[in-house]
Amino acid sequence: MNTILVVAEHRRGEVRPVTLELITAAQQLKTAADDRVLLAIIGQEVELLASQLQWAGVDEIIACKTNSAEFEPELAEQAVSALIVSRKPIAVLLPHSVDSLGYATAVAVKGCYGYATDVFKLAYDGGALVATRGGYNQKVNVEVDFPGHACAVMTIRGGAFKPVEAAAAPLLTVDDRSELSGRSRPLEFIEQGGGGDIDITTVEFIMSIGRGIGEEANVEDFRELADNIDATLCCSRPIADAGWLPKSRQVGQSGKVVSACKLYVAMGISGSIQHMAGMKHVSTIVAVNTDPGASIFTIAKYGIVADIFEIQDELQAQLA
Amino acid sequence: MKIVVAVKQVAALDDDFEIRADGLDVDEDFLMYDLNEWDDYSLEEAMKIKEAAAEGAVEVIAVSVGPERVDESLRKCLAKGADRAIRVWDDAMEGLDAVTIGRILAGVVKKEAPAMVFAGVQSSDQANAATGMAIAASLDWPHAAVVAELDYQPGAATARIKRELEGGMLQAVEIDCPAVLTLQLGINKPRYASLRGIKQAAAKPIEHWSLGDLGMDATQVGATAALSRVRRMEIPVKGRAQMIEGTIAEQAAKLIEIIKEYKGEAA
Ligand SMILES: Cc1cc2nc3c(=O)[nH]c(=O)nc-3n(C[C@H](O)[C@H](O)[C@H](O)COP(=O)(O)OP(=O)(O)OC[C@H]3O[C@@H](n4cnc5c(N)ncnc54)[C@H](O)[C@@H]3O)c2cc1C
Ligand SMILES: Nc1ncnc2c1ncn2[C@@H]1O[C@H](COP(=O)(O)O)[C@@H](O)[C@H]1O
Repeated sequence: MNTILVVAEHRRGEVRPVTLELITAAQQLKTAADDRVLLAIIGQEVELLASQLQWAGVDEIIACKTNSAEFEPELAEQAVSALIVSRKPIAVLLPHSVDSLGYATAVAVKGCYGYATDVFKLAYDGGALVATRGGYNQKVNVEVDFPGHACAVMTIRGGAFKPVEAAAAPLLTVDDRSELSGRSRPLEFIEQGGGGDIDITTVEFIMSIGRGIGEEANVEDFRELADNIDATLCCSRPIADAGWLPKSRQVGQSGKVVSACKLYVAMGISGSIQHMAGMKHVSTIVAVNTDPGASIFTIAKYGIVADIFEIQDELQAQLA
Repeated sequence: MKIVVAVKQVAALDDDFEIRADGLDVDEDFLMYDLNEWDDYSLEEAMKIKEAAAEGAVEVIAVSVGPERVDESLRKCLAKGADRAIRVWDDAMEGLDAVTIGRILAGVVKKEAPAMVFAGVQSSDQANAATGMAIAASLDWPHAAVVAELDYQPGAATARIKRELEGGMLQAVEIDCPAVLTLQLGINKPRYASLRGIKQAAAKPIEHWSLGDLGMDATQVGATAALSRVRRMEIPVKGRAQMIEGTIAEQAAKLIEIIKEYKGEAA
C-alpha cells in the first residue's frame, strides 16, 4: 500500500481551486486499489477549512492546526515534514504557487527527498516515478526521476490536471501543531487597485503587447491600432513593470485572468506559463511572433510568424 | 555589512536547436548566454541599499556557480556596481540540480556571513524557482519567496516585505534577519552599466573558488547529492496553432477576417 500526500492551499478562509487539480494528479499516482490519498490542510481554523475539502478520491483529510491563519513558510514546512515522517508517502504534491515557492524546497532539502518543481506530467516507468517539466523557457520537455529517494516532493503546474468534481465525505483527522513557530509574521493583504482603469476581466476582445514591442515609443502605434479595431489594449508583465501600460492591464498569474475574453491577439509575447495562466482559456487566440518556436503557438488557434511592426503597418493600411 | 546576491548565467536557445546525442540536454552550440533577468532586479535592490547607506558601509557581493563563461555575467554585475564577484566551480560538480547549487551557494554565505541574501524568483531558462530557498534551507535561515517590495535598513533585526501573490494581490510580512529573499521582477528599475562602470569592472578581479575553499567535498556536489536526475530531454510536438502563411499583406488580411468574423458573431 502506497500513500500519496496532497497539501491543500487556502487564503483568507477559502480553499484555492488548484487543490482540486492536485487530487486528480494524486489519483494518477495510485498503482494499487488500496493506495491511499491523504489531503493535508495547514492553518488555524482548520476544521472549518476541512469542510471545504469534501472531495472524492481523498481517503483522509488531515487538519494540521497551527497558530497562524495565513501561510507562514516555516510552519508549513515543519507541518508537512512531520507528516512525511509519520505517514511515509511516496509522493507529496503541492501546487506550483507563490506559497509553495516559499517552502516546498525547504521540505525537500531538509528531509533529503526527491524534488521537482512546475511538473505537468506524472508517470511510472518500471516502478520509477517520472516527472515531466519544461526547460529552456518551455522549449523542451525534461523528464526527471528521483533515484535513491523513497519520497518525492513535487510542485504541480496549475491547469495541468483536471479538477475533481465528485463530492465525498473523507475521514477527518486533526493534527495539533500549535507548538510550531516560524520566523516571519504574515500581516495584511493589499489588493492592487485598478486606479479607475477599465476592468480587463470583463472585456471580450483584447490586443495584448509583449516585450517584442521593443520600446515605449512604439506603444502608441499599438494603442491606435487597438482603438481602430475596437480591442482593449493589454500586455504581458515586462510592459507593466516598465510602466508603459498600467498594472491593471497585465494579463497572467500575477495580473488578471481575462475570463470574459473571446478573441485575444498576442503581439510579441513568448507565451510564458505565467502569461498563459491568464489567457489560455480564450477560444480564439491569434499570436504574432517572429520566432516560430515561441510557446504561445502551442495554445494559439492561429499563428502568424512575422514582425509585429510590419503586421501593425499592414493592418492599419488595409483598415484605412 | 554584506549583501550576497546569487546570480545565474542563463541560456536561451537558437531558433533551430538540437538535443545532444545522449538525449540529456541541448547541444551547447545552440545556446546563447546572458545574466538571468530576475538577477538584474536583485542586484539593483542590493545597490539601492548600499547607496542609501553611508559610503563603504554596505558591500555587495555577486556570486555565481558555473564554468568560466560565467565570468562574463559576473563582469556585468561588477560594471553595475557590485563590490566583489565570486565564481565557484570544481570538476567534482556533476549533475547539478537547483538544490545542489543552493547548497554550494550556502557554503559561500557561511564564509562571507552577510546580513542578507538575495536570489531571483526563478531563472528564465530552467525556471526551478528553487535555488534561493535551497540556500535558505541549507543555512536554516528565515526566508520568503516572490518579494515585490522590500523595506530594510542595513543590519536591522527585521525587514518588512510584500509578497506578490496570485491575481495581483500583495501580502505584507515581517521577517527576521538575516534572511534569504527571492526577489520578483518589477521590484525596482534596474540600471544600465555606465561606461565608467564597465571600464572599472574590467580592472576588478573575479574571485575563483573551488570546493576546498568552501570546506565542502565531492559527495556534497556530485550526481548522487542531487534531489532529481534528468532522464531525457525532448522537443515537444508543436501545438495546434494553424499557421497563417503568405506575404505580410496576406497575413494581415487574414487577421482582419478573423476580427470581422468575431465581430459578426458578437453582433
Ligand atoms: C511568480 C511570477 C508571476 C508572473 N506573472 C506574470 C503575469 O501575470 N503576466 C506575465 O505576462 N508574466 C508574468 N511573469 C513573467 C513571465 O515569466 C515572463 O517573464 C513574461 O511573461 C515574459 O513576457 P513577454 O512574453 O512579453 O516577453 P519575452 O518572453 O521576452 O518574449 C518576447 C517575445 O517577442 C518576440 N518578438 C521580439 N521582437 C518581435 C517582433 N518585432 N515581432 C514579433 N515578435 C517579436 C520574441 O520572439 C519573444 O517570443 C511572472 C513570473 C513569475 C515568476
Ligand atoms: N548557478 C547559479 N549560481 C548562482 N545563483 C544561481 C544559480 N542558479 C540559480 N541561481 C539563483 O537562483 C535564482 C532562481 O533560479 P532557479 O532556482 O534555477 O529558477 C536565480 O535568479 C539566481 O539568483
